Formats: sequence, structure tokens, C-alpha cells
Amino acid sequence: MERKIRVLVGKPGLDGHDRGAMVVARAYRDAGMEVIYSGLHRTPEELARMAVEEDVDVVALSILSGAHGTLVPKVIEHLKKEKGGALDVLVLVGGVIPHEDIPALKAAGVAEVFGPGTSTEEIVEYTRTHVREKRAS
Amino acid sequence: MEALFEMIRRGDRPALARAISLVEDGAPGSRELVQAAYRTPGNSRIVGITGAPGVGKSSLVDGIVNELRSMGRSVAVIAVDPSSPFTGGAILGDRVRMKHRTTDPHVFFRSLASRGHLGGLTRATGDVLTLVGVAGFDDVLVETVGAGQSEVDVMKYANTVLVVLSPGLGDAVQTLKAGIFEIGDVFVVNKADLAGADRTRAELEMMLDMRPPGGWRPPVLKTVATTGEGLPELAGAIEAHYEYLKSSGGLKARVRNRFLASLEEYLKREMVDEVLRAASASGELERCLAALEAGKDDPASAASRLASQYRAASSCSALVPSERS
Ligand code: B12
Ligand SMILES: Nc1nc2c(ncn2[C@@H]2O[C@H](COP(=O)(O)OP(=O)(O)OP(=O)(O)O)[C@@H](O)[C@H]2O)c(=O)[nH]1
Ligand SMILES: [Mg+2]
Repeated sequence: MERKIRVLVGKPGLDGHDRGAMVVARAYRDAGMEVIYSGLHRTPEELARMAVEEDVDVVALSILSGAHGTLVPKVIEHLKKEKGGALDVLVLVGGVIPHEDIPALKAAGVAEVFGPGTSTEEIVEYTRTHVREKRAS
Repeated sequence: MEALFEMIRRGDRPALARAISLVEDGAPGSRELVQAAYRTPGNSRIVGITGAPGVGKSSLVDGIVNELRSMGRSVAVIAVDPSSPFTGGAILGDRVRMKHRTTDPHVFFRSLASRGHLGGLTRATGDVLTLVGVAGFDDVLVETVGAGQSEVDVMKYANTVLVVLSPGLGDAVQTLKAGIFEIGDVFVVNKADLAGADRTRAELEMMLDMRPPGGWRPPVLKTVATTGEGLPELAGAIEAHYEYLKSSGGLKARVRNRFLASLEEYLKREMVDEVLRAASASGELERCLAALEAGKDDPASAASRLASQYRAASSCSALVPSERS
């Protein structure tokens, strides 16, 4: 049996929009994955701790507040710190993210960014494929 | 695996987290890990928290962690939520309620999916508890899936079982027939800010008074998990029950129970899988299923037959010298 894919769906910062996070969490669950939902208003440090303790393959951050530019790099920084240097999880970001901000997020370590209207099939498919690659490497 | 084990003993967080996954998945190497863990047992106090869905178990866990930390005790939480029977996926949401101590170095929190296991916990519970014990936590809190009337596995693993209720969850008769009523060492009427808490408490007290006297009389406490009201008293009751277990000799029995439960899990796995494998290899399984479909057999008879055939076959092979007994 293939190892279960575990995903942390995280809501960093003061952003109260949780519909997108719920939609994504359900899509992952329906694809047979185990999803840990962080709840609202988490700090980057809290999210990194959760990712480590839950031994997830994917950290999926949902941000609609416009604060992705500061929050995402901080989450990644804490992840590296908790894990002793290396970023061994797939970091995905979704929500309301302007196009021009995507290169900076990717430079910080984000694998992919998914905006409004992305189909859940696409999100699930991307996640599955890239978790396999990550595990194989 | 040895390196991983040493890291767990030293309290390395990622190592413990990784090890739990390996054990859950039955991954290569997990056997060695578990073997080592049971031979270096920790000394954690195990507190189970069970009750119907939504009564406030996770919110209480948050409050209890907070209390225990103020007492200087280190705490691990193992929180189980159900897997979907259709997809095998799960949404594990118990962490949502954790508000205090979320980055405390002496707290560890892990969510587990039930993965089709009945009884309110997961198949790997015993092994996971042992791993957490190796990491040296003073206390381990185990939150079960939202329990109905028969999810009572937690009593096999915990030293102290908290049964959580909230006001307005049916009447006394329902509580009485629920299997979880019998397993409570401490009863918690949570959401005491809502109407009806005193009535629920009084009903519980009455039912507890109808039990034969002697031994531990479970206390009934009122809490408001969301504000922390009643939490110091709850921590006190956990402490008192543990002291009682130690002085009455009951602790030894509970620890023994836990090993028996784990042993049972493994035996079931070994025996059931073995019998089915043998029956499948010999073609007997196929014959049984065909007979059942044709209305010419029944599951009880078929199972006895498969089991006795398996026994007969294995007692023959036992005469053949194997590498070791
Ligand atoms: C519904 C809504 C609300 C609801 C939220 C209800 C709830 N519980 O979620 C309410 C009314 C409460 C609300 C409030 C506010 N909102 Co509002 N809201 C919206 C709106 C219209 C839709 C969001 C939504 O739910 N979409 C449906 C879900 C399913 O889509 P989604 O979240 O985008 O998710 C999809 C993808 O992005 C992706 N995805 C999302 N997350 C993730 C994560 C990962 C890892 C992956 C892979 C994919 C992924 O997958 C999903 C499926 O395709 C948007 C505008 C818009 N069209 O986006 C504004 C919007 C997000 N809100 C906005 C604002 C400003 C606010 C308020 C500050 C308004 C105010 N002044 O009071 C408050 C703040 C509330 C708070 N505490 O944070 C702005 C944000 C501006 C910005 N980012 O710069 C927006 C963009 C509107 C706008 N154009 O100005 N809002
Ligand atoms: N009014 C009130 N609400 C509470 C109290 N404790 C918990 N809640 C709320 O009850 C809801 C469920 O709480 P949880 O702690 O998630 O309950 P649970 O028993 O862990 O739920 P499951 O794990 O899903 O079975 C949440 O909305 C809590 O905020 C309380 O003392 N009073
Ligand atoms: Mg819960």
C-alpha cells in the first residue's frame, strides 16, 4: 500500500476567509489524503510546528488578505529552522495572489501558486504528482 | 532506525513525528523501532478523553495542556479523528481548538486518522503511545473520535478516562445505556455556560450513586473549556485518580490492560491475515465464498472450517524443523 499523503492546510495571519481552505481540504480528503486543518489566525511559527509534528508532505497555505509577501517567507524560514535546515516539504499557496507577486514567492521556496477559480482536480493532481517526486528524491 | 530511535530518546521533535508515521504505516523498519521502544519504556501517565462529537473534547485538551504545563509537566497529545470510509481520506480538525502553548517546547501534538479501525482509536495507538513514552513526556492525552455508545477502546490504553458530556444531549437513560458511561473515571459536564448543565450533572451523580459502593467514585465536574473555568479542578481530579490508582494497585492492572490490547491487535492481524492467506492459496476461500453465494454455507461454519484447516496445516508444518522455534 502506498503511504498516505498528509497535508497541512494552513491559514496564516489575520485573514478570516476560510471558504477556499475548506474547499481545498475537502478536495484533498476526497482524494484519499489525510488533511490537518490549522484553524484561523495562525502564526508562521505555529504553522511550522504543526507541519513538523504532523509529519506532512505538503504545507498548503491559503491567503486572501494580501499579506502573502511577508507571511509565506516567514513560514518557510520557520519550517527550515524546525527541520534543521532543509525544506523537505512541498509548499503550495492559494487564494488572492496578484500575478506579479508569484516570482518572489517561488524564489522563497513555494512550489506553485493557485488563484481563484482553479479547479480542485488540478490542485489534487499537481499535489499528488509532486509529492511522489519529492518522496522519490 | 537506531539513529532515529536515539533521536527520539533525546527529544527530537521531527524524529518522533517521523517515527509515528512509520509505525502508523507499518513501513519497513517500523518493527525494529517498536521493538526498541517497548524495551525502553517511558513512564508517561496516559489520560483518555472521550465523548460524543462536538462536546468539547479538543477544547478541553487545550485547557488541560495549559494546566499541566503550569504544573511544570511536559505533555503530548494524540488526537484521533475518523477516516472517510469511502475515500480513506480524513480531515483532522482537533488542532483548530489549540490556543494555548502552541509553540511550547514541552508540548507535542499529533493528529491521527482512524484508518477504518473501530473502537474510537487507531490500530497503531498502543505503539504510538509507547513511542511518545520513549520521548519522555510526563503526560499523554489521547482524544478519541467523537464517540457514540460503543467506542470504548480508550479504556484499554488510558490510566484515567475522562468522559465528556454537554448539557442537552438526551436524557439519563441514553447516558446509562451508552457504553462510555461505564468507562469514566472522571465525568466532565462541559459547556457549563449553557442551560441545563446542573441538571445533567445531577442526573449523572444520581446514576453514579446507584452503582455498588466501594472503590473509586468518579467525580462529576463542570467546565467551560472555552474560558478555562473548572480546568484547575479537572487537573486536580486527574491527579487524584492517578494517586488512587497507585495506592490501590489499579495502575498495574491498567498498564497490563494496555499491553493486552496491543497484543490483541497484533494477534488479530497475524491470525486473520494468515488464515485468509492460507485459505486463498489453497483455493478454500474461493470455495467458501462460492458456497455462501449459492446459499449453501454460512459465515460461522465457513470460518470455523477455515480456522481448523489452518490449525491442522500448521501443526503438520510444526513437525518440520524450522530455523528457530
Ligand atoms: C466571500 C468573501 C468574503 C467573506 C468570507 C467568508 C468566509 N468565511 O470565507 C466575508 C464577507 C466574511 C469577507 C470579509 C472580508 N473580505 Co472578502 N472576499 C470574499 C470573496 C468575495 C470571495 C472569497 C471566497 O470565499 N471565494 C471562494 C473560494 C472557494 O475561493 P478561494 O478562496 O479563492 O479559493 C480558491 C483558490 O484561490 C484556491 N485556493 C485557495 N486557497 C488555497 C490554498 C492552497 C494551498 C491551494 C493549493 C489552493 C487554494 O482554490 C480555491 C478553489 O479554486 C473575495 C473576492 C474574490 N472573488 O476572491 C473577497 C476578498 C478576498 N475579500 C476582501 C476583503 C478586503 C475583505 C474584508 C477586509 C472586507 C472588509 N473591509 O470588511 C473582510 C475581511 C475578513 C477577514 N476577517 O479576513 C478582498 C481582499 C483584498 C486583497 N487581498 O487585497 C477580496 C479579494 C475582495 C476584493 N476584491 O477586494 N470576504
Ligand atoms: N459554549 C461553549 N462552547 C464550547 C465549550 N467548549 C467547546 N465549545 C465549542 O464547541 C464546539 C466543539 O468543540 P470541540 O472542542 O471541537 O469538540 P470535540 O468534542 O473535540 O469535537 P469532535 O472532535 O469533532 O468530536 C466548538 O465550537 C467549541 O468552541 C464550552 O465550554 N462552552
Ligand atoms: Mg475534537
